[in-house]
Amino acid sequence: MADLMPLEHRQYAHCESGVVTALLRRRGLDLSEPMVFGITGGLTFAYIPLIKITNMPIISYRMFPGSIIKGAVKNLAVEFKTRRYRDKREALAELTQLVDGGEIVGLQTSVYWLPYFPPEMRFQFNAHNLIVYGRAGEEFLVSDPVFEHPVRIKTEDLQNARFARGTLAPRGFLYYPVRVNAAIDLREAIRKSIKRTVHMMLYAPMPFIGIKGIHYLAKKIERLNVRKDLRTVRLFLGHIVRMQEEIGTGGGGFRFMYAAFLQEAGQLLGSPPLGEASQMMTEAGDMWRRFALACARACKSKTTDFDVGEIAQLLRKCATQEKLVYSHLKSKYLSTSKTE
Amino acid sequence: MKNDVFMLQRQRCRLLSDKGPCVNDYEDVAMKIFEVPQDKIKTLQGIKKALYAVDDQGNYTRTTTSGWEAEEIVLTQVIDDFEEKAKAAALLVRNNETSPIEYFMYKKWMDPLTLAQAVGLYRWQVKRHFKPHVFKKLADKTLNEYARIFGVSVGALQNFPEED
Repeated sequence: MADLMPLEHRQYAHCESGVVTALLRRRGLDLSEPMVFGITGGLTFAYIPLIKITNMPIISYRMFPGSIIKGAVKNLAVEFKTRRYRDKREALAELTQLVDGGEIVGLQTSVYWLPYFPPEMRFQFNAHNLIVYGRAGEEFLVSDPVFEHPVRIKTEDLQNARFARGTLAPRGFLYYPVRVNAAIDLREAIRKSIKRTVHMMLYAPMPFIGIKGIHYLAKKIERLNVRKDLRTVRLFLGHIVRMQEEIGTGGGGFRFMYAAFLQEAGQLLGSPPLGEASQMMTEAGDMWRRFALACARACKSKTTDFDVGEIAQLLRKCATQEKLVYSHLKSKYLSTSKTE
Repeated sequence: MKNDVFMLQRQRCRLLSDKGPCVNDYEDVAMKIFEVPQDKIKTLQGIKKALYAVDDQGNYTRTTTSGWEAEEIVLTQVIDDFEEKAKAAALLVRNNETSPIEYFMYKKWMDPLTLAQAVGLYRWQVKRHFKPHVFKKLADKTLNEYARIFGVSVGALQNFPEED
């Protein structure tokens, strides 16, 4: 393992893209976090009223957990070793053996069991990713991508976090890259991933995914009955904003991160349409934040002095702006870049 | 709330007007580093989050934020909601109308389904354990598992304090 770089802790906006970025850099593929997020096709929008977590429908601004790892396999030709466990003790033994042997691994954990998180954030969320890079006595050395500094965690806490039950249960999920092609053709990878994201956002056949999903949510907001159940309305609007702005999205529901990706890709490939799309996406991110602010204001209001129609209208503006971005990418970038 | 819906635009206009009226680029480049909210929100407890924003040259770079008021509002809102439910449950426990399991469930920001999944039971079982007479007869193994999930001792689960 002489060719491995030492792990340098850096803070990232999102846990999964952060972990994958750090693991790849250590294997010689030095990409930025937005680049990894974009190339692995991390962006989406989904509003799924049928599936509920803690009584709230799923609203997601990114692909489901684990998809960045899968995207790295697919679009960056990275080979990962992955493993889930039935037996807690076996999982611990293998982790100990790996880190003692100098390996650095990614783990899926539950935030609820991570003592270094602020108590206000320790909800039952089972898909938080972190890096374990060593051991000191009874504690593991953790590089958690959303924290400024490395932390330590007791074996017992880590075991609880790796074997939390419930939705998206990690079952000890452990992963690390074993083969990385540092000379990969990014041009092709970028094109492939943008094509996939654009098609999903514009043409997903289900009404709750992509642009259609945003309109679907807007319609739902518009129909909320403020007079009948103000508390539920407020909690629902708050829920949307939490999914959009809480730890790990980089604000604006990952839109700024994707804008950063488009800009970097544009500079790398010398493609002006990507730069234009980046600016348009930044605008979309700003619109999402305006929408979030309106929701937060409604949450704070003790009376019904807010208009759900206005809030829905702000959301529709996000949909319109995003549609412009994807259409621009489709007509100006995807249609021309193939022949090069 | 001191901000209004168009805080972003207003802030941008204000900051830009310091540089003179000729600057009109806020239409195409937004979310500059100086516009990243730094509201020092309580829920983050001094922790800073990383994010990407545009620098003076219009390039995206990584920067940090101490939080945004909007996210604090929505997080506090859901926590307050759970705290209210926990408070109501505490009264019921003292009146022997529910078990401490319901109280601790809300205290740890869970609902019956989430708790059932975490403990490895069905929701109807957890709801049944809310009944005081069922709770009193719970097996040690089940009690231990609840105590582990709640991060309290079995004693604290069984002997609910009469006062807060």
